Amino acid sequence: MIRAALVTLMLATPAVAQDRVVVVGGGLAEIVYALGQEHRLVGRDTTASFPPAVNDLPDVGYMRALSPEGLLQLDPDLILASEGSGPLETIQIMQAADVPFVQITETPTMDAVVERVEKVAQHLQAQDAGAQLVETLRADFAALAEQTAQVSTPQRVMFVLSAQGGRINAAGRDTGASAMIQMAGAVNAFDDFAGYRLLTDEAIAAAAPDVILMMDRDGDHALSNGQITGHPALGLTPAAQNGQVIRMDGIYLLGFGPRTAQAARDLHKAIYPDLTHQGG
Amino acid sequence: MVALPFNSRRPRRPAPPAMAVAGDRALRARATMTALAVFVVAVSILSLGVGASGVSLPDVLWQLASGEALSLRDRVVLFDIRLPRLLTGLLVGASLAVSGAVMQGLFRNPLADPGIVGVGAGAGLGAVLAIVLGALLPPAVLAVAGMHLVPLAAFLGGWASTLILYRVSTRRGRTSVATMLLAGIALGALAGALTGILVYIADDQQLRDLTFWGLGSLAGASWAKLAAAAPIMVLALIAAPVLARALNGLALGEAAASHMGIPVQRMKNMAILTVAGATGAAVAVSGGIGFIGIVVPHLLRLAMGPDHRYLLPAAALLGAGLLLLADMIARLVIAPAELPIGIVTAVLGGPVFLWILLRRRGIVDM
Repeated sequence: MIRAALVTLMLATPAVAQDRVVVVGGGLAEIVYALGQEHRLVGRDTTASFPPAVNDLPDVGYMRALSPEGLLQLDPDLILASEGSGPLETIQIMQAADVPFVQITETPTMDAVVERVEKVAQHLQAQDAGAQLVETLRADFAALAEQTAQVSTPQRVMFVLSAQGGRINAAGRDTGASAMIQMAGAVNAFDDFAGYRLLTDEAIAAAAPDVILMMDRDGDHALSNGQITGHPALGLTPAAQNGQVIRMDGIYLLGFGPRTAQAARDLHKAIYPDLTHQGG
Repeated sequence: MVALPFNSRRPRRPAPPAMAVAGDRALRARATMTALAVFVVAVSILSLGVGASGVSLPDVLWQLASGEALSLRDRVVLFDIRLPRLLTGLLVGASLAVSGAVMQGLFRNPLADPGIVGVGAGAGLGAVLAIVLGALLPPAVLAVAGMHLVPLAAFLGGWASTLILYRVSTRRGRTSVATMLLAGIALGALAGALTGILVYIADDQQLRDLTFWGLGSLAGASWAKLAAAAPIMVLALIAAPVLARALNGLALGEAAASHMGIPVQRMKNMAILTVAGATGAAVAVSGGIGFIGIVVPHLLRLAMGPDHRYLLPAAALLGAGLLLLADMIARLVIAPAELPIGIVTAVLGGPVFLWILLRRRGIVDM
């Protein structure tokens, strides 16, 4: 139903700190919460669903199909958006309406996560909270690096995005999943193509992954362990034969927000349960 | 109720004996047109006045009347968002409905639709090409084409497919409508296959873009896009009434039309050009919007008979009004987000179309 838009026409005051912020992109939304600045949010997009409280905010739609009037309805004084948000016409209209539309890179690397936190903190004028969060993140990444250094033979991990109708859609290089696998001290079983692709049974058997990684989900796209061992190609893989199947929450695993280091450590532990893990 | 004229062999019933019937029909057509004109004006005003942001027309008019300056936000909402969107909606709706009516007249088939001559598939293929492979173009081209790459490619795709069809189905200056229909189906299948290949190599984000494009939306309406597409659509809409008499003649068959002194081949050329231009431009600015081209002419034939002199202008009015109405629904239902308008037209158009079909078969009596 239509959310009654109680548009309170605020008198234009010179911007001290933006307190009507729309966030577009799940990772960015997480960062805003991690900085303790969620009280300034007035809207989010469909990709933002963590922390759960973010779901109470008005949803401005899919990040690449933002409605210009929908955004203006929320009377924002800042829009923080992931790279690739749009369409361009909407961005141009925001500029015409004098609403800053800040685009922040989406690169799935540790450094980029830190950079994102710094950028968001700067735009929300919450540099102190930002510095603290960056420190925590760096410590987490350092701990992670220490753990991955212990890996002598990297495991080959296959990330299965979906398995609709038995057809396996897996991650190649240049994907968030691939970056996470590397961060966790393993290698992606498929690096001969970029992006996500539907794989033939032969390609899966040939890649012979040691570990199968999936999102925790239900419904048509999910695969139970029984379905994996019963699948003509997946069943042949060392991963299926040794029961090496890891399931993780999708947003946790692929959000590239403040929990990334944590998620990479969890993934690392799941892939290498036998390594000695000191501390957390 | 009026019988539909789509029986190419013979008129469905003997010609009406009395002039009174024709007079009646003209009168009813005029009344319908007046009502439609009022409807379009009302929907246009409403469309300017409603929207997610709550900027209301009375307030704005009151402000203007009392000499106050509008706030920047109100100005942007009205003149950069709603007004170009209103004009785009009117033109696209009118173009789709008129194209449908012209196609149905040309093919003497109530199921004809610009999609059937491959214009839709060609335009769709152009758009998909631009979405999936656009990034591979040299930067210089991208800098010039920029955000208009997809609409431009859609338009070119629509034109190219029309041209190919026309070449295939024209022999010694005579266009065979039957060949064109079949070639259109073949071309549609081919475009569909190529689109399928592109879908296969597209990444996730491109797939989502494709999906959204295919569902159609007026959300990207802007003055720049309108300036590019409007002239073509306006030209096509101006050309349409010229076709009316010829299409009426064609309803009796090509030979009969020739005997009536109608330059059949020239009219066919013009009809095909009109449809390709109007559909290509409409698809280019708004993506894939279904049902308007098929439902609007049908409804009007039921209401006012098959005479194209009334049918074409009425289709333009009803198409424009309905699309604006659908757009308003799309803008408001899940605000601040938006529904793709193709979903709205399909949800409204599908059942209406079924009802028309049932009615024609005499199953539903209303």
